[in-house]
Amino acid sequence: MHGANTEKLRIMSRTENLRSVRNFVAAKARQFGFSEDEVQNIILAVDEACTNIIKHGYNGNPDKFIDIMIDASSNVFEVRIYDTGRTFDPSAVKPPAVQKNMQRHERGGYGLFLMKNLMDEVEFVFKPDVPNELRLRKYLSK
Amino acid sequence: MNEFKVRQRQKENITIVELQGYLDAHTAPILEQSFEDLLKEHRYNILVNCKNLEYISSAGLGVFMAFLDEVRKNNGDIKFSNMSVKIFNIFDLLGFPVLYEIYKDEQEAIVNFLDSRDSDKKKKA
Repeated sequence: MHGANTEKLRIMSRTENLRSVRNFVAAKARQFGFSEDEVQNIILAVDEACTNIIKHGYNGNPDKFIDIMIDASSNVFEVRIYDTGRTFDPSAVKPPAVQKNMQRHERGGYGLFLMKNLMDEVEFVFKPDVPNELRLRKYLSK
Repeated sequence: MNEFKVRQRQKENITIVELQGYLDAHTAPILEQSFEDLLKEHRYNILVNCKNLEYISSAGLGVFMAFLDEVRKNNGDIKFSNMSVKIFNIFDLLGFPVLYEIYKDEQEAIVNFLDSRDSDKKKKA
């Protein structure tokens, strides 16, 4: 999927840049032929991914990079997000328990759950000495 | 450029919080400050009108979660109205309708606030 038609966006790890990420992804997803509902789902998933990287991966450090690449071909729309922050074990993240979260005044923990529910495939690739990679895929239904 | 705004109005003892624009990790602190101010002023009956809310991510949803318990411990509530289908779907996906009362419009939510106040009075009487 890493073809010559890859669309790229590089941002600094700051929440003020989330809007540019959403605009970038929305334009490509619309162009690819997704419905407006699907476009909204994709941009929320990507927003959640970048927010997690900014807050947890980079622990709020505003001077790091996040690279977003989009490849769209045949019926698959793939967003790849690269960072060099802290990794985590996605299988250890539990689905949100809203009652418990309320009692604990817990405000987070929904990002990964949303990504998995809004996209068709979510895949983390963590390897030593190379940037972390997150692949978010959505298929265009005909 | 302001991509997110919070406006407040008072109706009887209910504070109506109108949200406008894009609520994400960048703008969530604006909402957080509004809720902190409300609680400082002991205003616990809060109706969030989502009519002009274009977008919400989990960072925005987290703000409501952070304050809900304290609001309810003070016999108040955070209720919602005028939610678009798009915003409701996100609430629904996370199971929030179990936790929050969501009304079609402001009037319906206000009536419900007043009803629960009346039933509290009856309980105390």
